[in-house]
Amino acid sequence: MKFAVIQFPGSNCDQDCVSGINSIEGLQADYVWHKETSLRDYDAIVLPGGFAYGDYLRCGAIARFSPIMKAVISDARTGKLVLGTCNGFQVLCEAGLLPGALVRNRSLRFVCEMVTLRVEVPDSPFTHGCPEGTVLRMPIAHGEGCYFADAQTLHELNHNRQVIMRYADDRGRVVPEANPNGSIENIAGICNREGNVFGLMPHPDRACDARLGSADGAKIFQSMMQTIEAAHVRAA
Amino acid sequence: MKVNVIVKPKEAVLDPQGNAVRDAMRHLGMPEVRSVRIGKYMEINLDGEDADLEKRLHGLCRDLLSNPVIEDYELVKTNGARKTSAIRKKQK
Repeated sequence: MKFAVIQFPGSNCDQDCVSGINSIEGLQADYVWHKETSLRDYDAIVLPGGFAYGDYLRCGAIARFSPIMKAVISDARTGKLVLGTCNGFQVLCEAGLLPGALVRNRSLRFVCEMVTLRVEVPDSPFTHGCPEGTVLRMPIAHGEGCYFADAQTLHELNHNRQVIMRYADDRGRVVPEANPNGSIENIAGICNREGNVFGLMPHPDRACDARLGSADGAKIFQSMMQTIEAAHVRAA
Repeated sequence: MKVNVIVKPKEAVLDPQGNAVRDAMRHLGMPEVRSVRIGKYMEINLDGEDADLEKRLHGLCRDLLSNPVIEDYELVKTNGARKTSAIRKKQK
């Protein structure tokens, strides 16, 4: 099963993503330069973290116009799984594939730490094997990770169960103290209405090996693999 | 044609940077400061000047220069030399 990891000029977690994905048996990740125009050969797409185009203007604002984004958007529309971590989440929001936006952390500080996340939607394509309330540990590293959406959008996100993960304490309680960046309602990751595009500020790619502090991120990639396998079985 | 584009955070969006500057201004002896909102200011030089160009410019203001989810923009045509006074007038 092949995953594409998009490389924008300024991406810096592309190697983390490729190495994290390749550590999972059955998955193979390739780098895909942002000037490419097709993702036909891939089962899933990953937009990595970093500072695409230096984050000039706004995070992800220029990256969303890269040639590859046309393919990302059209493949997303056909139901292909798309994962955006950190800067990749920002790019997905700017591209209109996910609602809302990511703005400057409320503290005005760049935060780089391990966080705990509560899985809110256990049956999403990205969270198989994580019963509701599962607490995952993953690192974050960002200056603009404060999720914002207007009241209407927020209502729809909750109503349609699109909030996949929230920042929580280590017992899974969604409390203000566990919110590292001021995100509205402690939102750490959301999916689109159809459920096949998922963006989150934490880094599953940097949490695929217990020796690095956590292997919980691997569960996201494994879940994607299971989802794609199940779709293949259905199609056959 | 010369234009200035001003991008501002929407009312509903928290602007921690503006709040930090507001607090600093109060701290420096100006308790009258009620609020500060920080946006972006762009000076853009273009060849030509017609309605179509302006329409396309507005399109890019929405798609690239601002993010309508969190920001509002204002496009001000200037004659180059008078651009600062145009801005000052807007703030009144």
